[in-house]
Amino acid sequence: MLPEEIIKIEGLKKTFKNKNTTLVALEDINLSVIDGEFLCIVGPSGCGKTTLLRILAGLEKQTEGKIYINSKRRTGLITSMVFQGESLFPWMSVLENVEYGLKLKGVEPKERRQKAMEFLDKMGLTKFAKYYPHQISGGMKQRVNVARAFVSDPEILLMDEPFGALDEQNRLILQQELLKIWEGSEKTTIFITHSIDEALFLGDRIVVMTAHPGRIKAVLKVDIERPREILKLRTFSRYNELYRNIWELLEEEVKKAEKNRGGHKNV
Amino acid sequence: MNIMVDKGAEDLKNEIMLEKQNLIAVVTPLILLLIWEFMARRHLIDVRLFSSPSRIFKTFVPLILSGEIIYHTLVSIKRILLGFLVGSLPAVVLGIIMGLIPAVRAALMPLVSIIFPIPKLAIMPLILIVFGLGEASKIFTIAIGVFFLVLINTMAGVMNIEPIYIDVAKSFGAKPWQIYITVAIPGALPMIFAGFKLGMATALLLIVAAELSAAKAGVGWMIWRAYDMFDIERMFCALLVLAFLGYVFSYALEFLEKIAIPWKNR
Repeated sequence: MLPEEIIKIEGLKKTFKNKNTTLVALEDINLSVIDGEFLCIVGPSGCGKTTLLRILAGLEKQTEGKIYINSKRRTGLITSMVFQGESLFPWMSVLENVEYGLKLKGVEPKERRQKAMEFLDKMGLTKFAKYYPHQISGGMKQRVNVARAFVSDPEILLMDEPFGALDEQNRLILQQELLKIWEGSEKTTIFITHSIDEALFLGDRIVVMTAHPGRIKAVLKVDIERPREILKLRTFSRYNELYRNIWELLEEEVKKAEKNRGGHKNV
Repeated sequence: MNIMVDKGAEDLKNEIMLEKQNLIAVVTPLILLLIWEFMARRHLIDVRLFSSPSRIFKTFVPLILSGEIIYHTLVSIKRILLGFLVGSLPAVVLGIIMGLIPAVRAALMPLVSIIFPIPKLAIMPLILIVFGLGEASKIFTIAIGVFFLVLINTMAGVMNIEPIYIDVAKSFGAKPWQIYITVAIPGALPMIFAGFKLGMATALLLIVAAELSAAKAGVGWMIWRAYDMFDIERMFCALLVLAFLGYVFSYALEFLEKIAIPWKNR
């Protein structure tokens, strides 16, 4: 394993067994994630992106293959995950949700409150600390989700289409906010998305996956300097070139996925 | 970012509707009482069997003043509360474990499915033989009725928790006991309270039966005693107390629910 690598995935395969059918979700996945990079994964629905993330989060076990994680820490959380959709605990206030990871680790109430409030402040949510999730909007919920993942201070952040359910405007705002707190945090981030725009705005590299079974089709480097501005980005010829590249890679896969559709959703 | 919505015309309309409904809710029983009294005075019904509101009232006041009915009420309340606690606490603990661990559920569910449908009154003679004629048998009768209702509701509550919440806890490195405390219990609380409410209704039902046999006090005992003496007025007084207890207990549970489940705002 190279020193700059934080994750190395070798020959990973994941199958799900039903009564008499075996579904191959992921196959022959080989991937290195570089320490501190923002890696985006795009692919058609049902290509196993979420499964890959769940394996990395330790929520699922691979059928075959190895995952090496080059953790530099002795203690603390290696990964934390921002889930797709509603994942805030409805029975905890915004503040309690954000504190959750720290509470599990046994951090003193005063200290964890302070850290949580710091991130709530960064996300502009200070006023809503005492609210319950059902009292705040979808955009705010996802901000809380992002804050919750950052506060627990993992080495690797796993984000599963965190902004997928948001409207376009909120999406743009949250992407910018995410970059703002990510830059300077030096956290390796793996981010799943459907949106090529989102991947190009956020990512250092983009992994394009094939339709079912999920394989890695290509890995592209986004050689556009940071800090990036969402409005300027679209005027760069490199951006448009990359966009076209990715779309060409994806188009075929999306069509294949459409043809295969029926039965296995969200694998 | 406006979250609290102002009270609009729609809300005002609803409020007026509610007030009207409240008025109807008070007036209807009063009218029924008046009809009852009227029929009793005109001898349209047999007062020996159905009594009348005024006769019941005349019996009720001295029963309160002498403290007699209060004593019986307190005896019954003690039995109900003890039975409720003895039944519901282990039910919550076991229900959570059964909800979370499939192996435990598989092991115990057949037993639960067999015992649950047996009417608890049918077990009473057995309970009397095992626990004797004292307080224990009455408390246990109530406890067993409460136990199964709370157990099944708690288990269902835990099993219905969205799996994503358990994933979130695991992804933050929660240990099993931490998942119990931070996810399973709060997630199942609404269902646990539903179980409590059903259990309380059953407890009131069972107290009357439990006090039928070998009791010397209690509201249920009063009813059976009044039956022996053919004292219809006393019987109605005891029934009034039971209705009152039912109301107080369900109100208390609702109050507790609001404190325990502040996120469930309705």
